[in-house]
Amino acid sequence: MSDTNLKRIVIEPVTRVEGHGKVSLLLDEKNNIKQARLHIVEFRGFERFIVGRPYWEVPVLVQRLCGICPVSHHLAAAKAMDIIAGVDELTPTAEKMRRLMHYGQMFQSHALHFFHLCSPDLLFGFDADPAIRNVIGVAQKFPELAVQGVMMRKYGQEIIKVTAGKKIHGTGAIPGGINKNLSIAERDALLKDIDQMVDWSVAVVKIAKDYTLDNVELAKTFGTFDSNHLGFVREDGAMDLYHGNLRAVDKDGNKIFDQVDYKNYLDYIVEEVKDWSYMKFPFIKSIGPENGWYRVGPLSRVNICDFIDTPLAEKERKEFMAITNGKPNNMTLAYHWTRMIEILHSIEKIKELLNDPDLQGTDLVKKGKRRAEAVGLIEAPRGTLFHHYKVDENDQVTMANLIVSTTNNNTPMNTAVQKVAEQHLSGKPEITEGLLNHIEVAIRAYDPCLSCATHAMGKMPLIVSLFDHKGDLIDKKAKE
Amino acid sequence: MAKPKIATASLAGCFGCHMSVLDIDERILKLIELVDFDKSPIDDIKKFTGRCLVGLIEGGCANEENVHNLKYFRENCDILISVGDCAINGGLPAMRNNIPLKECLDEAYLNGPTVYNPSGKIPSDKEIPLCLDRVYPCHEVVKMDYHLPGCPPSADTIWEALVALLNNKPLDLPYELIKYD
Repeated sequence: MSDTNLKRIVIEPVTRVEGHGKVSLLLDEKNNIKQARLHIVEFRGFERFIVGRPYWEVPVLVQRLCGICPVSHHLAAAKAMDIIAGVDELTPTAEKMRRLMHYGQMFQSHALHFFHLCSPDLLFGFDADPAIRNVIGVAQKFPELAVQGVMMRKYGQEIIKVTAGKKIHGTGAIPGGINKNLSIAERDALLKDIDQMVDWSVAVVKIAKDYTLDNVELAKTFGTFDSNHLGFVREDGAMDLYHGNLRAVDKDGNKIFDQVDYKNYLDYIVEEVKDWSYMKFPFIKSIGPENGWYRVGPLSRVNICDFIDTPLAEKERKEFMAITNGKPNNMTLAYHWTRMIEILHSIEKIKELLNDPDLQGTDLVKKGKRRAEAVGLIEAPRGTLFHHYKVDENDQVTMANLIVSTTNNNTPMNTAVQKVAEQHLSGKPEITEGLLNHIEVAIRAYDPCLSCATHAMGKMPLIVSLFDHKGDLIDKKAKE
Repeated sequence: MAKPKIATASLAGCFGCHMSVLDIDERILKLIELVDFDKSPIDDIKKFTGRCLVGLIEGGCANEENVHNLKYFRENCDILISVGDCAINGGLPAMRNNIPLKECLDEAYLNGPTVYNPSGKIPSDKEIPLCLDRVYPCHEVVKMDYHLPGCPPSADTIWEALVALLNNKPLDLPYELIKYD
């Protein structure tokens, strides 16, 4: 298709998401959408520059993929490095400290997304004035809600701090275990506010639920499409965000595969390369690139699990599944509701863990016989996160393959962008800011962490720029 | 009198420094009484609406878009601050600086264990920006006025720096806030 007669609109940067992305829209002379794409415009190159590093460094190093969910990368890498270190099962203290860290991460990240990034769309409307359509606007108009959001996120960050050493880029998990336990003083400080956090979590599920139900006609269509769903579940089918086996279902809930040991992920998942994004497009191998793509994250996890093992979240899950008669829910906007079900589940898990005396145990690290290759997976806030490493006899990493949560959602986000562009922009005489924000609302539902997703090496058409000591550009050469 | 404006940007970083800004927690309510936010990923202001007193820059420069954005900030902000190690010295992304490009390219798009690429094409669309030969610290591209070290700098460091600048006081932070962690 030649785009010479087409009009180009670019949303750049995509805001109120974590990271760097842009949307390009091509419209014909009647403003009909010809093409709508989400481009990932950054690359950083982690998979390559990890090579050569000592394996014990990796759980700390890969956190820098992401400042929003560093814990997820930290733990996925640590799980892989446990295997490299020859440890199949951690001590109860180590396993539970890591779980506490992970649920703290889930709690803060979901709070961040809901209150700081997406609530302005839900509270003020998708085409509200951009001057107020942000967390500051929320703080001014709904101060109580804003404070609640800030305090919930803070609580999650405090949990990360006491388990990982600091709030962002901590060092808690090490191959074979953990480097600290939870002191009684730390535990008691967290227990002081736990009931308040549970109450606020129940309240915020209600906000997300009421929003969806009040706007159910919109939710049924807004960026909505059928898809497969992927994630992992415990052996008994329960939601488990820290560890489990892979399960994939189709749009109707039929299982594509189930209880797959994730170390065999190469038999199931591949990633397609397209020339217009640095982010690859994963799909299920047996189905193929056309129809094998899938969604991950809160919506998929609630869709695929058989039950949630904490009572308040399970009650909410049942209510959620009832609106689609137990079948998977394929509404993009339903991500928000399920994300809040997970926030409730996470705080219930945190409460359970804080009351567990194993966290004061002193047996922190195990050792075993060194191995050469390992896969570590975790359910990060945004979905299933794959880390795969090979390590040589000199303890140096020789191969790293990362499929981050947001990469798994690449085709779904593009499908949502295309859908919303067709539904809301196509044929309009004027494309307003508010209309363009509709596209961002659809992207935001996935809580994309474009920061993580930029890890992959892109093609690097080279620009060499030469600067003088004052920082002035004196020469620039580009090479395709 | 109108409140001073603040803008923030994430170049080649991980958003951890922005997270650390949010870690000022309830003080954020105080901050928004003191300042207006202009261009920032936390709001939907995509182009500067006016002159800003302070620009906070996270991340170094890894592609032409980062350079363009950084210059745009320099033009529109009175005080520009490198926040965190990536802005100050390229940080972890600068680990790519001594890796041959072809190796990286082949690994990610041709040889990686999950790659499906029957056409053997590598991303090259005009919508995705050209990369720099290496990752540059911000002060090699434009003049930076202050540097707040750390990966990320703590919330207290960021808070104290902002409060001092907003009150027109010298930026004299105690050692524990500026030590490299």
